[in-house]
Parts: sequence; C-alpha cells; structure tokens
Amino acid sequence: MRLAFRIALRFLSSSKGQTVLIALGIAIGISVQIFIGSLIEGLQISLLDSTIGSSPHITISAAEKNDPVEDYLTLENKIDQQYSKVSFMTPSVSGGAFMKTNDKTQQILLRGFELDLADDIYKISDKLIDGSMMPSSDDEILLGISLAEEFDVTIGETIDILTATGEVYPAKVVGYFDLKVASINQSWIISPLAFSQNTLGLTTDQVTSLEIQIDSPFDADILATQMLGDNLSDQIRIDNWKDQNEQLLSGLSGQSTSSLMIQVFVVISVVLGIASVLAITVLQKSRQIGILKAMGINDKTSSLVFLFQGFILGILGGILGILFGLGLLVVFTKFALNPDGTPVVPIFINMKFIGLSGFIAVAASTLASIIPALKSRKLSPIEVIKNG
Amino acid sequence: MDNNIITLSKVSKVYGNQIKTQVLFDIDLNIKSNSFNGIIGASGSGKSTLLNIIGTLDQPTQGAVMIDGVRTDQMKKNALAKLRNETIGFIFQFHYLLPEFTAFENVLMPYYIKGQKIDKKMNARAHELMDLVGLSKVKNNLAGNMSGGQQQRTAIARSLINNPKLILADEPTGNLDSDTTEVVYDLLRDINKQFETTFIVITHDRRIAEKTDRIIEIKDGKIFNDFSRI
Repeated sequence: MRLAFRIALRFLSSSKGQTVLIALGIAIGISVQIFIGSLIEGLQISLLDSTIGSSPHITISAAEKNDPVEDYLTLENKIDQQYSKVSFMTPSVSGGAFMKTNDKTQQILLRGFELDLADDIYKISDKLIDGSMMPSSDDEILLGISLAEEFDVTIGETIDILTATGEVYPAKVVGYFDLKVASINQSWIISPLAFSQNTLGLTTDQVTSLEIQIDSPFDADILATQMLGDNLSDQIRIDNWKDQNEQLLSGLSGQSTSSLMIQVFVVISVVLGIASVLAITVLQKSRQIGILKAMGINDKTSSLVFLFQGFILGILGGILGILFGLGLLVVFTKFALNPDGTPVVPIFINMKFIGLSGFIAVAASTLASIIPALKSRKLSPIEVIKNG
Repeated sequence: MDNNIITLSKVSKVYGNQIKTQVLFDIDLNIKSNSFNGIIGASGSGKSTLLNIIGTLDQPTQGAVMIDGVRTDQMKKNALAKLRNETIGFIFQFHYLLPEFTAFENVLMPYYIKGQKIDKKMNARAHELMDLVGLSKVKNNLAGNMSGGQQQRTAIARSLINNPKLILADEPTGNLDSDTTEVVYDLLRDINKQFETTFIVITHDRRIAEKTDRIIEIKDGKIFNDFSRI
C-alpha cells in the first residue's frame, strides 16, 4: 500500500504540468457543480422565504364563508398545548372597509392582529418606513406605503374608516409599511385586533382566522391534516400554504431536478475526462510498470498505483474546486446586483453540500482510475522488456 | 544434481497463434550454483527468450523450469513476482531504471517491493552497494539525469540489493564503450566471487564470454555448443 502510494505520488510530482492540468479539470467541474448547486439552493431558499417566510403556513377560519371563528381563545389554547411544532400564532381579523381622507374615499382591507404576535409572522416592525411606529393604543393604525402615497396621508394624521353599514371610526395613522407586495401596499390597513373587531362588528371573542407559522414549513400539510383529524372544532376549516401554492411547489421541484441533472452531467464529463487522461498515463508509464513487475511488484500493487493517482488527483481537484466554487459565488454576489445593491440571488452556502461535492470529486476520480488500474494490472513485464 | 540452481527440461517456446514461430526447441540445461555463465549467439537465435523464461518473465510453451528447487512454469503470477523479487536480480541491456526516482531509491526499489522497512542496516547496505559500483557521488541524482554507464552500474547495484541467488543479465554492456565494459565485467565477476551469486550473462562479445566459467552458444533455438571450464 505504502509503496503504491509513494510511486503514485512520485509519478504525479515528476510530471507536474500534467498533474496540474488534470487537477484543474476536476476543479473546474466541481466548482461548476458547487456554483450551480448553491445558486439554485439560494434561489429556492430566498423564493421560499419571500413566499412563505412572512406569511402564515396554516390558516384556521370558520367553516362557513364570512362567518367568524367563535371563542378563539379556547381554540388558541388548545393548539398551543397540543402542537409543539407551532412556532407562532396570531388571531387575525380581516374585512373590507373604506378609507376617507378629505374628499377622497378608497376601498381598503382592514387587517387586525395581536400586533406583537403578528409581528413574529409578518415581521411588520422590520418593514416599517422610517419615521413610523408600531400602534400603541387601540385607535392607531398603519397604512400600506402605496395607499399612503396615493392619498397623501402623513404620519400623525387622523383618518376616517367607513364600514359598509356607514359607520365611521376615526383612527390615527402612526406609520407606513412596505410588505413588498404591490396589492398589499395598496390596500391593507393594519390595526390592533380590538379596533378591527369593533369596526367590523365582531365581539371580542370572535376573529376571522387564526394564523400559524410552524417550525418546518414543508410539514404544513401533514400538521394541517393532523389538526383536522384531532377534530379541534366542528365549525372550522384548516388551510395550509402547500395546497394553496401547488404551482410554486412544482416549479421548485422542477428547478431542483434540472439543477441535479446539470450537476450529474458535469460530474460524468469530469469522470470521463479523468479516465481518458489516466488511461494515457498508463501508456506513458507502462515501461515503469513493466520494470516494477520484473522486479517483483504484484498485480494488486501495480493497479493500486493508478487508483492512488486518481485518489490524490481527486483530493487536489476537490480542494481547488471548492475554492474556485466559493470564489465564483463570492464574485457572483459582488457583481450580479439588484439596483439597490443587494445580490440578485442571495447565495446560501451549505457546508454539507460542499463537503458532498468534495467527496464526489475524490470518489469520481478514484472511480475514473479503475480502468487504468485494470490496464496496469494486465500489463505483462515481458512486453516492456521485449519492446524496449 | 543438488548443486544446480536452474534446471530446464525439454523447454520449447512458440510465439504467435495463427502464424506460429518456434524460437526454442527442447532445451535441456542445468546451471550450477555460484557459477558465472555466458550465453552467446546471433541475433534472433533465442538467447533472450531463454533468459526471459529462466527469469520467469516469460512462460515456456512446453517443458519444465526449476529454479532453486521450485517448478516455475506452473506457478501463479503473484507467486512468480515474489520469486523474482527474492531470488532473481535482473540487469537489462537498456538499464530500465525508474527515471522518476533517484539512483539510491532505484537501488532500494526491490527491497521496497519486498515490503520491508528500510532500517539503518539496509541503508548502510545500499550505500555500500553504491560504493561498490562507484556511484557514491551521484546517488541522489534522478535516474533520468545520469549517463548510460552510471545507469548500468545503478542497475547492477539494484540487482544485488535483495541478495539474490541468481542474477540474469541481458547484454549488460551492450551500449557501453569498451573500457566501461571491462569495468562492469570485472565488477560482476567480483560480485560472483564475493557474494557467491550465480550469473547468467548474455553477450555478443566473445572476449567477454571467454572470461566466464561456461559458454553456452545458442543457434536457431538449440544449444549448439556448451563449453565449461569448471
């Protein structure tokens, strides 16, 4: 073993140019694999985060449309106690109303939350525009940024909220939010739960829905099914984000598959490249192998020489490939930028994936050296002695 | 009979499958231990094939080969490799060193192959052999960077490292000048006497052959002449 490793190392170090070239070949393949894999993963994570990171994963509402959920506190307690996977939960009230400023009236969606709880889900406080504050009393509200701009509402101003039945509820605007979704920014008004309940004619133990975020968003459908099975109440229906976003999910899985296919083909081309170069090195070194065999090296050791060459090249190529790959990712995040200076795709560096790529480099080039190893095994010393 | 290190009985060699060329015809040959033997003959007479069969690098088509009391024509490849490593030293016409290794490493290579660690004693032996062939000064040069004579002397030192009972040399001075040729032969002769190693040397040079204990002349694949001084 040691002798084979020593000979392999010496063969590689004696033809440095060739060794560097092969290692670079492996490195480029592996770096492309790491780059594509990390890019797609980053893309998916950022897509998922923007889609479901700041929205409920499971929504519990009344079985009948437009009916409120009754006695929501009891339900909330039950869920709190029974499901450890639930990380955040807020009661929510939602209903159409009108906003009146001076002479203009605009249809809006009034959203009422337990603001400190809802903040965990919607990250509202992170999305406030400068100068805004979170509402601290029941008649203070937040406006979507587009809505505020369109109607020229300033912070501190009091506006009227009109209900469908014609009642008027004055509220003080304490801030604007930008949730990065145009339709929300144009139509939402966020208020404390009590204000919305009052405005939309609900009692204090009635809400429109309970909104829930869980630890692992991809288990939302499983947990929702479990909740249905546990029969929390006869009067509710349970929706989860996965059922409502089938297209997104199939898009994501298509993307994963194509990323995997690209990576597989990159690795296959790396394997074929190394195998063909190593096959040529057996020819180059056949004289040496012949001499070694004449001196008594056995077939196993003579094939190990080439397996070790593949292994060493794999390690070299793997390390270089990881460095190149990370370098590519850094360059990409520095140069491919949005107008606001943030990277187009935030790169997600997954150490497990990079470790796996390194392992693939070593495994692939060792695998590619099997054919040369077999050739070396078959080589007969007499052919070399006779043919010089 | 016990004194024979090599016994060949009715050894024939045929090359080719479709067009058969017979190179050796029913050779019977015994080589005594500690003797210094020369094989002469024209090109294509079959002398190298005979040497390769004795050295287990090639297999006879028919007949039996015994080396040091062991029948080799029926042995497996790995057993043959072990036998070559421990019992036989080779010196080839074209040196056949490993150019990636230094002269010193080349000399130690058969010992590495034996799978043993290089201890102080072994290191000293390798140095001693390098001294013997007069290469102490260039022992750390890469084999590829040495002159033909130096390479040939390195090959001689290498053939001795495992203390083999038998050394096979195929025109070891074939491409050396006549002075160096004399030096190399004197060296081989010294080793033969000092270490009691049996030598079989193929040579074109009759003057050299005349210095051996026994001259075997091969012609058309048969022993044409066999003259022994001992």
